[in-house]
Amino acid sequence: MLQDDEIREIEEEKAAAEHPRAACIDALRAVQRRRGWVSDEVLAEVAELLGMSVAELDDVASFYNLVYRRPVGRHVILVCDSVSCWIMGGERLGRSLVLSTGARPGETSADGRFTVLPVACLGACDRAPAIMIDEDLHADLAPEALARILERYE
Amino acid sequence: MERPLTRNIRPGAEPLDLDGTRRAGGYQALEKAVRTMTPSEVTAVVKAANLRGRGGAGFPAGVKWELVPMGPDARRPKALVANADEMEPGTFKDRLLLEGDPHQLLEGVILAAYAIQAEVAWIFLRWEYQLARRRLQQAIAEAREAGYVGDVLGSGFRLDLRLHVSAGRYMCGEETALLNALEGKRAVPRAKPPFPQVSGLWGRPTVVNNVETLCCVPHIVDKGAEWFRKLGRGPDAGTKLYGASGKVRRPGLWELPMGTTLREVLEEHAGGMREGLRFRGALPGGASTDFLVEEHLDVPLDFESVQKAGSRLGTGTMIVLDDRTCPVGVLENLERFFARESCGWCTPCREGLPWVHEVLRALEEGRGQAGDVDLLAHHARMLGPGITFCALAPGAAAPLGSALGHFREDFEEHVKQRGCPWRRD
Repeated sequence: MLQDDEIREIEEEKAAAEHPRAACIDALRAVQRRRGWVSDEVLAEVAELLGMSVAELDDVASFYNLVYRRPVGRHVILVCDSVSCWIMGGERLGRSLVLSTGARPGETSADGRFTVLPVACLGACDRAPAIMIDEDLHADLAPEALARILERYE
Repeated sequence: MERPLTRNIRPGAEPLDLDGTRRAGGYQALEKAVRTMTPSEVTAVVKAANLRGRGGAGFPAGVKWELVPMGPDARRPKALVANADEMEPGTFKDRLLLEGDPHQLLEGVILAAYAIQAEVAWIFLRWEYQLARRRLQQAIAEAREAGYVGDVLGSGFRLDLRLHVSAGRYMCGEETALLNALEGKRAVPRAKPPFPQVSGLWGRPTVVNNVETLCCVPHIVDKGAEWFRKLGRGPDAGTKLYGASGKVRRPGLWELPMGTTLREVLEEHAGGMREGLRFRGALPGGASTDFLVEEHLDVPLDFESVQKAGSRLGTGTMIVLDDRTCPVGVLENLERFFARESCGWCTPCREGLPWVHEVLRALEEGRGQAGDVDLLAHHARMLGPGITFCALAPGAAAPLGSALGHFREDFEEHVKQRGCPWRRD
């Protein structure tokens, strides 16, 4: 069930939007920020608030890669797998990440700590290879430096 | 040499706040425009300056603005959208402008909105640019407080400014897909015509401009068209943020005269190749441009010259290929990206790109067969301009077709050796 503060935030976004459905990305994000992901149950409630059918909202939710329709770990690691990072050793970094977290791209670690997802170019190509953990960019990242950075995310 | 776009940007330092921006001459152009210029005069100076779009297509900004219906009969509210969805692989120039000088972008946005008499301006920002988001939010709050947004400087020109943080997908960078995203729909492209200038956001006149393009506008209004044109070396005007990534000595970004050669960017600014490596080629303006090679080193990086050399200036941030990186591996990476980011709207792109990627993967993994290279060449033609609904697939075909032209022996070698000669692990 949607909580009161979630409903309030969604109603605010809706009121500010030109059309209710234009608020749907922000509404999904309001939910995801609190719960980590968007479940079927919650998606249906958000759809009703915005006057959209469940299918219409899921149509949108399933299109955007940063809307999570499955549970994620406590921290989401976005790994740039685009060309400049690849040239600069991104695959080696990716292998270290699998070893450190136990999660391959698309998976969550067994302890629920990390979800690892591939992402398009992070726009840090002059400091490749790069990843993001939650809202933090980590660039110029040597595989050897990974363990110490991961320690910061409990 | 003048560097208008980056003059207030100090790497690693906080951007100027509103007071600092004003002390450095910021918002003077906006004052000048709303007090002494008509909207069509602003458009005229930008057109005369020959400001071409820095997002990749190079369309003249002033011409784009001129196509917007003006006067009391135009459908309203009209919209101006800053495309800050920088996601072209190998491109990191707008990040610098967004993080380094957010007020410069805001002034450009407000000026462009004034020129087309838009009631609402949007900044469409990719989620991953979190530092840019925080700095933009701060700058927008300051600008609103100071009266640059709302009733702009008490001039009677009213503008609402909004920030939309996107939820991902490369497709959003395509201007009509971006408009669908802003309307809360899947980011699939729309048919053109009608062009967004006539029927864009919710069917109303809308202009979408790239961040770097908009950042040029205050300087053009401030110093004039002639000054801007003279900043460029060749036919194209202004300065350009050029960049280099890959195995060069000093990857980075530099604001240089439009028309600086590939060799100068590579050798003087990026410091040449890393020790022991040789230059083999470069995608001059992001993943969706054709390879240029050694014979093109002296090509001036302006829109026309790069096109004459068989590629596109694109975003002006080059991805450099060295002689110890496998070009087939690079293509496998690029086509995986394009296949994943295809929105699925039209069949040749949705079905063709995964096929191309699968063939490249087979080559890399030693499952390549005789005829694969011809098959790839066939796809590079059949995914080219004019066949698919938008420019995504032609963008994917550009590095593929050119790599097959310049590095065909590498592809053949993968079939012969049953795998990638460069992979040892």
